Amino acid sequence: MPHLPAAVLSSTSLLPAMPEIWLVCAICAILLVGVFAGERRGGLTATLTLLALAVDAALTIGYGHVPQRTLLLHGMYVADDLAVVLKLAALLVVALGLLYSRAYVETRHILRGEYYVLSLTALLGILVLASAASLLTVYLGVELLALSVYAMVAFDRDSGIAAESAMKYFVLGAIASGALLYGMSLIYGLTGSLDLTAIAAKLRDPVHPGVILGLTFIVVAVAFKLGAVPFHMWLPDVYEGAPTSVTLFIGTAPKIGYFALALRLLAQGLAGTAAEWTQMLAALAVLTLVVGNVVALRQTNLKRMLAYSTIANVGFIVLGFVAGTPDGYAAALYYTLVYVLVALGSFGVILLSSRAGFEADKLDDYKGLHQRDPLLAATMLVLMFSTAGVPPFVGFWAKLRIFQVLWESGHLWLVVIAAAMSVVGAFYYLRVIKLMYFDAPAGDLPPSAPLAGARFALGCNAAAVLLLGVLPGPLLDLCARLIQ
Amino acid sequence: MHDLLSLMIWLPIAAGVVVLLLGDGGIVAGRWIALVATLVTLLLAVPLLSGFDTSTAAMQFPEKLAWIPRFRAYYALGVDGISVPLIVLTAFMTVPVVIAGWSVIESRPAQYYAAFLIMEGLMIGVFAATDALLFYFFWEAMLIPMFLIIGIWGGPRRVYATIKFFLYTFLGSVFMLAALIYMYVKAGDYSIASLQALPLTLTEQRWIFLAFMLAFAVKVPMFPVHTWLPDAHVEAPTGGSVILAAIMLKMGGYGFLRFSLPVTPDASRELDLLVITLSLIAVIYIGFVALVQADMKKLIAYSSIAHMGFVTLGAFVLYEIVRSTGSITGAGMGLDGAMVQMVSHGLISGALFLCVGVLYDRVHSRQIADYGGVVNTMPVFAAFMVLFALANTGLPGTSGFVGEFLVIIASFRASFWYAALAAVTLILGAAYTLWMVKRVVFGPVTSPRVAALEDLNPREFIVLGALALAVLIVGVWPAPLLRIMQPTIHHLVSQAVATKL
Repeated sequence: MPHLPAAVLSSTSLLPAMPEIWLVCAICAILLVGVFAGERRGGLTATLTLLALAVDAALTIGYGHVPQRTLLLHGMYVADDLAVVLKLAALLVVALGLLYSRAYVETRHILRGEYYVLSLTALLGILVLASAASLLTVYLGVELLALSVYAMVAFDRDSGIAAESAMKYFVLGAIASGALLYGMSLIYGLTGSLDLTAIAAKLRDPVHPGVILGLTFIVVAVAFKLGAVPFHMWLPDVYEGAPTSVTLFIGTAPKIGYFALALRLLAQGLAGTAAEWTQMLAALAVLTLVVGNVVALRQTNLKRMLAYSTIANVGFIVLGFVAGTPDGYAAALYYTLVYVLVALGSFGVILLSSRAGFEADKLDDYKGLHQRDPLLAATMLVLMFSTAGVPPFVGFWAKLRIFQVLWESGHLWLVVIAAAMSVVGAFYYLRVIKLMYFDAPAGDLPPSAPLAGARFALGCNAAAVLLLGVLPGPLLDLCARLIQ
Repeated sequence: MHDLLSLMIWLPIAAGVVVLLLGDGGIVAGRWIALVATLVTLLLAVPLLSGFDTSTAAMQFPEKLAWIPRFRAYYALGVDGISVPLIVLTAFMTVPVVIAGWSVIESRPAQYYAAFLIMEGLMIGVFAATDALLFYFFWEAMLIPMFLIIGIWGGPRRVYATIKFFLYTFLGSVFMLAALIYMYVKAGDYSIASLQALPLTLTEQRWIFLAFMLAFAVKVPMFPVHTWLPDAHVEAPTGGSVILAAIMLKMGGYGFLRFSLPVTPDASRELDLLVITLSLIAVIYIGFVALVQADMKKLIAYSSIAHMGFVTLGAFVLYEIVRSTGSITGAGMGLDGAMVQMVSHGLISGALFLCVGVLYDRVHSRQIADYGGVVNTMPVFAAFMVLFALANTGLPGTSGFVGEFLVIIASFRASFWYAALAAVTLILGAAYTLWMVKRVVFGPVTSPRVAALEDLNPREFIVLGALALAVLIVGVWPAPLLRIMQPTIHHLVSQAVATKL
């Protein structure tokens, strides 16, 4: 490989990895600050964290953005435009998420320095995944992300339900990690390489049965991480049991990382077995769409409902991969970004509706929200219509794009099933709007938090959903360009 | 004015946003902004009509801006003879809605006006879009304000009604979207003209036709997917019922003319008996159903379904005409009738719902049994109500006559039996409408509430007067309306009888 530098650890060859390097330094610094500042001055770590994210974004633009695809560190790390955009999206989402949840974590005494540090280590995992070019890097990213998130779920240590969720998450997650590792070891054993590009070059027809076995394990692990049925069992419990701020975190930025996981592993590394894994994913996608949408109908807890809605949306993302074409991956990327933007806002509404001692996670807590807080209700209205896929909101284009790539790749039945399921899905999103707008407020619920900054950000979030819906061109183009 | 259509779409939407931002506190200004915006939109219809060239079937007032380059989708607008009347109807019917809600809507008035204004823009967008993706964008976006209008300001069962309304139409639309995308993949762009020119095999056409039909049949609504309409109408506030009946139902008919006939002509020819049968069922069976209604709004809702049956009958009877006479002369008459019927039904059903609204605002009941002898206390109102009721039964001299007459004559060319069955509606329509009028308006005063009624106030008089005038003008002198449509209908017939195979 001519572009491998002779001296592996020269300073210039590391520059594109600056975002990760900076983040590691920032994590150490914030950890120390957290220890010395103590719980009394928790605001300091939050501010420092946001600052670190801003600097990281600048570094990503400044150094991560390279003129052409570059491999670093013996081909373990790839710097390309896709990685840059995924990282920027993850940074933005994490920053907004921290902004939304700041008051929430402060009033619940789960704010210790480690809360922010764990968010950042999870983020580091996402960044590593976005730039992963070898099986080892992929695994490193997956574990960094997963281990941080397990701890975050259990952060409210006095809550039994949070501890239970964390245990479930950890045990099931460990099984998935094991499957991933086992699949990777089979692939490594049969191709003799950890490098995704090299693996892709060696996996030509006819495919060795052992490769298919390894592939199956990898698909299972990816499905588990994304939350595709039948590997979704952890997702509703974790979403419901975790503190809402952590649910927001799990529901947003990691999806970007797991998209990168699926793309780098399946679409790039194991491209030679696309015929096999698209079939596996097609079955998963159908199950995911049906189970996610149908079970969501019966939920009474908003967080749990959004968990099943996540599953349903994952079904659409997986459909993008089923198409098995660059257009399909671009559609999946677009869907992921759009979904994350909408999920961010939805959980933001829950966070801002909550008060000390009041979680606002039951659907009935949203009765008459419109009268109590028009801005939050309007935001939620936009986000729900967007997830339901109704124009003029951006969720419509995400679904349209998936339908399009499915037609182009000739998957008639998947189009029909996806179309029918999006009608089923519309019902439970409409129910939320019904509660907020058509019902009278129930009793004496506390008013929502008067946080000007977070509310402004939430308003911008909803406005972005509308704006990207009216003018979807630029983001669609960007996604298509990144995958080519 | 080369951006006239854009202005007609975005002016009401912008006004709606302003009213929304002013909030309920600024509703005094908000109401006037709403009224001025709808009136200006209506005035913009004047240059639209005067500048419209009635000698060509081409799209006029064209606008084209790049919208989504990746899909080769454009913000493309244009009007021809079948969209102009419907756009004018939309602009015309929104004004009475704004006036009718003036002092009646007390809860969240700002959102009420904003919803109607935004919806006006979106509805005009549906009729003016010449790009299928833009069409679909407006078509679906329109559901949101209507969903809120029924759900927030509706009657006791409003939640059930509005969710049913939304899911029915959403179900229909999703499959239309799938069909549109399928054609996009083949044609390479979304412009309606290229979809119309796209060659398709008979199998493809059949599926696309059925997908379209699902969407349009729900909107029209046709038997057996009509059940959302009575629920939605009964629960919707007066303004919502008016817009629903006057404009939104027309989108189904418009869709058949704009998409089904030209895009899938061979499937339309093959499956026309399906549509004709369903239309005749709507005309006759729903006519009987209307007869037994005890709720005035429900009665008018069922009468709408029956009258819209004429629209679909008129649109699809042309293949039978070609089959039985062997020529396309006169085939356009059914389409003429369908279009006139759409405009006329928009005016009449809107007016009837406004009449019910007038009574409901005073008595807070829609039950026929709660009324009787209204003519004694509200003579002016009674005159209007009787006029609209007669128009609804298709009395010559009113707009209701023209459309039904054209469709029945056209069906006669196709087959005596179609005409005979369709003509049953004249009897049934007279029966249910006049019987309702008899029970509500005439006879002795039956209750103290009726005795205490006050006649129309000037606001209501202006609204009903304007509608009465429109009903009479179209009834007495339909020639200008027919002239606007002529070249487009002619072109449409040639597209519909051509084959794509």
